[in-house]
Amino acid sequence: MSTEPMSGAEIILKALVDQGVEVIFGYPGGAVLPIYDALFKQNALRHILVRQEGGAVHSAEGYARSTGKVGVVLVTSGPGATNAVTGLTDALMDSVPIVCLTGQVPTHLIGNDAFQEADTTGITRPCTKHNYLVKHVNDLARVLHEAFYVAKSGRPGPVVVDLPKDVQFATGPYTPPAEIQHRSYKPQTKADSRRIEQMVELMAKAKRPLFYCGGGVVNSGPEAAQRLTELVRLTGYPCTLTLMGLGAFPASDPLFLGMVGMHGTYEANLAMHDCDLMINVGARFDDRVTGKLAAFSPGSKKIHVDIDPSSINKNVRVDLAVVGDCSSVLADLLKAWKAKKPKVDERAIAQWWKQIDGWRKRNCLAYEKTDKVIKPQYALERLYALTRGRELFVTTEVGQHQMWAAQFLKFEKPNHWMTSGGLGTMGYGLPAAIGVQLAHPEALVVDVAGEASILMNIQEMSTAVQYRLPVKIFILNNQWMGMVRQWQELIHGGRYSESYTASLPDFVKLAEAFGAVGLRASQAGEVDDVIREMIKVDRPVIVDVCVDQTENCFPMIPSGAAHNEMLLGPADKAEKPTSEEGMVLV
Amino acid sequence: MSDSKRHTIAVLVDNEPGVLARVIGLFSGRGYNIESLTVAEVDAAARQSRITIVTSGTPMVIEQIKAQLDRLVPVHRVSDLTMVGPHVERELALIKVRGTGEKRVESLRIADIFRARAIDSTIDSFVFEMTGSPDKINAFIKLMEPLGLIEVSRTGVVAIARGSQPI
Repeated sequence: MSTEPMSGAEIILKALVDQGVEVIFGYPGGAVLPIYDALFKQNALRHILVRQEGGAVHSAEGYARSTGKVGVVLVTSGPGATNAVTGLTDALMDSVPIVCLTGQVPTHLIGNDAFQEADTTGITRPCTKHNYLVKHVNDLARVLHEAFYVAKSGRPGPVVVDLPKDVQFATGPYTPPAEIQHRSYKPQTKADSRRIEQMVELMAKAKRPLFYCGGGVVNSGPEAAQRLTELVRLTGYPCTLTLMGLGAFPASDPLFLGMVGMHGTYEANLAMHDCDLMINVGARFDDRVTGKLAAFSPGSKKIHVDIDPSSINKNVRVDLAVVGDCSSVLADLLKAWKAKKPKVDERAIAQWWKQIDGWRKRNCLAYEKTDKVIKPQYALERLYALTRGRELFVTTEVGQHQMWAAQFLKFEKPNHWMTSGGLGTMGYGLPAAIGVQLAHPEALVVDVAGEASILMNIQEMSTAVQYRLPVKIFILNNQWMGMVRQWQELIHGGRYSESYTASLPDFVKLAEAFGAVGLRASQAGEVDDVIREMIKVDRPVIVDVCVDQTENCFPMIPSGAAHNEMLLGPADKAEKPTSEEGMVLV
Repeated sequence: MSDSKRHTIAVLVDNEPGVLARVIGLFSGRGYNIESLTVAEVDAAARQSRITIVTSGTPMVIEQIKAQLDRLVPVHRVSDLTMVGPHVERELALIKVRGTGEKRVESLRIADIFRARAIDSTIDSFVFEMTGSPDKINAFIKLMEPLGLIEVSRTGVVAIARGSQPI
């Protein structure tokens, strides 16, 4: 049932509207002018003009991850598309649903090295879940609807649709979205019921069980996190989350052990190492979590629930693989557990908790309390304390501040924590915060940043000011690329090669130059005041928190080390030099 | 790796632009081996092509290769013929040999034993065509070396499972 013929550009916008899109993040250019012309003539879609295409993709990621919807990007050919590549890779690594429309030179010029031509489908093939080059207007509507389906179904990811300019001008039919039965792409969302039963059996007889859950639970939707919470509480088993999973289980729950991994808590990592049953729901045994693979949780049976079969047995061989969508699997599991009412070994579980509580007493996130300098951990503790009770969304850049934010900010709900976990993209946080704020205009959105990362996409301040998005950029400014400096200190003999940034801008004046508000805290006593002021101001704010320059992020599992070889503080480092094998790892 | 094993994998894909690049990019991007790869359309009406890949790896790597292939959007089916049971593998080779006199006669004689056909001939050369398992072709090429082997062109392996069922 096609409607009267429309131009390709009109078909594109109609398809977006029919897919429920409200906001697109983009930047115009020669090869997308017909689409921008069509945008000009309509009111259904809101276009947010970013300042660089990389910002557009991260904004769309922030929008997508805080809403569960597909984030949409519109950029021009050539440099527009190549600037989007980092964001696309980021979205692929963290499974964020994105549809990125790229302009392309007219079909007859493709391959001729035309002005602003790039082989966009070639370049983006390894950094997208799928991509399309639409060579005929008759395919346009179908491909666009399919792109949304591929982006959001199964394991979500970025999809590029490359749109030659002549196709945007050509006239063709529009077909509305329909139930898609893809020819070859059919992700499995419902798990095999026998595997659910096996899972219940394994869980029932565990003596030292541990839930290890990740971003897959968040991606699966809010009901997945509710079901996980119900299941964990029903069993009374401990639960740890990955960086991407924070918020999937309430941080305030006594069953929560904190984050796992390289900078995770002592109790979470030792529980990973010593458990006899690891119940992995929606996590992918990333190297930042496993540490040394040969010594990873040597005594445990492992269950892995994942929607992507290629995640199973990739890094760690598991004993029971359950392919399915986390939400669906957790629903089945809850039902099966309740029906069976298994008798768990309560004595063993109590003993396990006793052991865990012993690790907890180590208080691994403790830091030196002082009023001489601002400790970055202190600044984040105060940020958390002074924002409690508010609808708070946090994005981060990448580095020490990101890890401290993961350790010290507590999330009760999913979709409130947006960070670049897989790719580790400096410059992610500010544009992501813009996307989050657009989706949640009334909420408090804070980008926890470092002074180095923030400069990577600082141009997006201009976007925030233009659209009056009151994002708060909370810079933990130590004048160093902190995580680089930390590794150089611990692993490279204190040779601080190029990790110090001279000639940093005055961030207060920089904020003012953009038309935003700049605040600074230089002493511990000023921290509360600037945070209160930052919350009060209804405009974009940069807060420059001048923190201790030498503080390192602990606990830390050095690369190449096992979970039970973690460094808990500065005193630990001398005794345990990093192995040669570990040094070559990133 | 000591437990690395050779596997022949058949992949049914939509015959659309870029599909081969997706498969090859997957192998190069993730560091998997390709010993040979053949591709051609096998169902014009459904616009489907069949890719036959011969690769090697540990069981964990082979499992990854199959899962990663299956994850590509235009891939319909991935079948590990080495695992599913008995199957036949064939390869076509064209082999150019130059020689005169006794060597020329000897090359013809060996070609006859291997059931290779001479499909081109000049006064001092032959082009032989032969099909067979890769091992058989390797053996024939080895024998042609001292007799004046000039050039070889091979298709790589195509394979199909025995019995009445499709993959």
